[in-house]
Amino acid sequence: MATPASNTMVQVTIDGQSISVPASATVLEAAQQAGIMIPTLCYLKDINQTGSCRVCLVEIEKARGLQPACVYPVSDGMVVRTNTPLIRETRKSVLELILSDHPQDCLSCVRSDSCELQSLSKQLGVENLPYPGEVSDYTLDLSSPSIERSSDKCIKCRRCVSTCQKIQHVSALGVSQRGFNTQVAPVFRHTLDEVNCITCGQCINACPVGALREKDEIQKVWQAIADPVQHVIVQVAPSVRAALGEEFGLDPGTPVGHRIPAALKHLGFDKVFDTGFTADLTIMEEGNEFLDRLQGGGALPMITSCSPGWVKYCEHHYPDLLKNLSTAKSPQQMFGALAKTYYADISGIDPRNIYSVSVMPCTAKKYERQRAEHTNRGYEGYDDVDAVLTTRELARMLKQTGLDFLRLSEEPFDAPFGIGTGAGINFGATGGVMEAALRTVYETATNQPLGNIEFLSLRGMEGIREAHVDLPGVGAVHVAVVHGISNARDLLEKVKSGEADYHFIEIMACPGGCIGGGGQPLINAQQRMTLPEDYRIMRTRALFAESQDLSLHKSHDNPNIKLIYEKYLEHPLSEKSHYLLHTHYQARPKYTAQQWVAQDRDHEDLDILVPWQHAHEPHPHEPHPEHLVPNPFAYPDYENTQPSLPESP
Amino acid sequence: MNPGQYEIAIDPQWSTAIDTIVAANAAQPGSLIQILEQTQKEIGYLPENVQAYLSEKLDIPLSEIYGVTTFYALFNTEPVGQHTISVCMGTACYVKGAGDIVAEFERQLDIKAGETTQDGKFTLEACRCLGACGLAPVLTIDGHVHGRLTSADVRNLLENYE
Ligand code: SF4
Ligand code: SF4
Ligand code: SF4
Ligand code: FES
Ligand code: FES
Repeated sequence: MATPASNTMVQVTIDGQSISVPASATVLEAAQQAGIMIPTLCYLKDINQTGSCRVCLVEIEKARGLQPACVYPVSDGMVVRTNTPLIRETRKSVLELILSDHPQDCLSCVRSDSCELQSLSKQLGVENLPYPGEVSDYTLDLSSPSIERSSDKCIKCRRCVSTCQKIQHVSALGVSQRGFNTQVAPVFRHTLDEVNCITCGQCINACPVGALREKDEIQKVWQAIADPVQHVIVQVAPSVRAALGEEFGLDPGTPVGHRIPAALKHLGFDKVFDTGFTADLTIMEEGNEFLDRLQGGGALPMITSCSPGWVKYCEHHYPDLLKNLSTAKSPQQMFGALAKTYYADISGIDPRNIYSVSVMPCTAKKYERQRAEHTNRGYEGYDDVDAVLTTRELARMLKQTGLDFLRLSEEPFDAPFGIGTGAGINFGATGGVMEAALRTVYETATNQPLGNIEFLSLRGMEGIREAHVDLPGVGAVHVAVVHGISNARDLLEKVKSGEADYHFIEIMACPGGCIGGGGQPLINAQQRMTLPEDYRIMRTRALFAESQDLSLHKSHDNPNIKLIYEKYLEHPLSEKSHYLLHTHYQARPKYTAQQWVAQDRDHEDLDILVPWQHAHEPHPHEPHPEHLVPNPFAYPDYENTQPSLPESP
Repeated sequence: MNPGQYEIAIDPQWSTAIDTIVAANAAQPGSLIQILEQTQKEIGYLPENVQAYLSEKLDIPLSEIYGVTTFYALFNTEPVGQHTISVCMGTACYVKGAGDIVAEFERQLDIKAGETTQDGKFTLEACRCLGACGLAPVLTIDGHVHGRLTSADVRNLLENYE
């Protein structure tokens, strides 16, 4: 491990070139500075530095044998060679050994063209594939609504394991067994949906090969579009526009929002809407809920609930904090609920014939749409959202049509969900929800215009950020923003121990927020080393550029938001809003497959109900049970899973 | 463990034993392997719920504990019988009919190699060369070596341990 914060420089010679590098650098970093990219496979900047694959071997004078550059620290006067016949041969045989236990499926593999193993084999000049040796065990795990895992393509680099452990503090994937039998999998050979995986997809973004990928919903969407009966609508999340361009060769940080409506129309969607609109709606409900809790003595700190990965983590690991989660649905689910009620009403279309698709930067949104609270709704028993495509899947669909994305002209999103304000668009970056909420909370609570709408201390990539905001007439509120579950956990432990005291916390499961989501275009290991900046900062800049372009920057100023309250929802937190736009959470065991999972005694209390809704009175809008159609595609309903006690041994 | 979290169903005797072991090792960080060894000695093996219980107690991810218990051959995740029969399947023993001996044990105990009898008396396993090839075919029962065997000896061997 490189020791940080060391300013001393040392002199090293790499392939005859003498350069001065920080004493804390590795040989890999020093070589990069000298303009030499040493090939790597298991190394992932800031995440995985285990020195296990041996693809990066170099020769170091006075050291015995070849050494892995990614973990070898530099020292003064060190002489390194990276290009000798021995090095080339050894790297190639290391790679051939990996390939001997790898399926040769490139033609039909989702990662063909973005696969680091494939490009490495080209780079190292592998021309004859070695005889396939004994092939290790093959598991295809399709259990998760979000993630697909094919162990045959796994090269055991552990990049996913480090990500899941260090960034997300979940450790759903681990390394077990040894030698040839080494497994990278959930514990006890369980499937991903039987463990505490939060479906965030960060492991996919870390994987160099096709062993981990998103659950593909492209075919379903094509089918719906081809069905003449279905009215197929699509919502696009803010952060998609800050990254989709990368799939078409644009640099990270190029905004492409203006091209998205035309692109989706080209695919055949009937209406193209902006999730930014329901992001504004989320702010209206969540902001008012916050004021309600603040002034009415509700559970504080209130914590945002729009990141389904975070919500699932909270349900597995912090059930005692579920009462602190905002009951407001995420923008995706608010949109889904309105699409089949309000939108169906005003457009005169039977909700059963509306097929609602969303394009999201996030694999957890696939899980979220299948949660029991969001499926089998209304008298008709429809799902609020029928399919979720990640940014990557949308790019694949566009590529399938042969459309020249870069030549598309600008078109607006469709009414009535076409306008999002800058506040709603900023949802896509860490801190954006809090900033948007503060703007609305301030003006709602004080009835005064907010002068400076930018809360700069809440922006940036610092793991935990905070601000004090004075609400004249109400008091000072202390807010915090965290991204990445590891940071969230650090913060929550402080909250629980009383060391930190906040009124309102924004938590996003993915580092950087949605712009860094598990469904976004992949940034490979080499790009992570060579891009001029962290790609999340570049994407955030693109997102802010999109929001700057808009004329309105406060959710409550959105004219369509005003209209929907006037025409349909009445006011924030109204009864109708509650039925359509709020939800509830439940404690979940970490390991559901286990016979040995016992229910906790006070679990009963944890089914969080909307405080102003009486537990046993049926809600006027609630569907009559006889009208409920069982939904064959529903994700298993945890509420009905009652783990039983094992017999004592 | 956080309040409200699902608890792990575990025999109270086991959890008390584990609590004591964990407390005794609390002073030394990084003593996971030691704790696992002592737990196995106490309980006999390391079933899934024991590993999960330890994970909660020690605040170490279950996947990490599972990684350790499957990495070292010394840990058993299945119960082991009172007596462990290890039949050598090294080349010399194999050539001299170790396979028949294993088959005979399997028949008489009504289990497969790697399993434990219903009554918890015997665990049967195959192992690598024991370094006693001169006595091939060789097996050990609870560490005692028996050599130059044929499948006809199986009944006698078992009777000694009845
Ligand atoms: S993971 Fe890479 S090398 Fe393997 S089949 Fe897919 S594209 Fe080919
Ligand atoms: S989806 Fe997230 S939680 Fe699940 S295994 Fe991958 S990184 Fe871990
Ligand atoms: S699943 Fe992917 S990231 Fe994880 S160890 Fe296998 S190849 Fe590496
Ligand atoms: S050992 Fe250096 S990249 Fe794998
Ligand atoms: S082969 Fe059995 S003891 Fe060596």
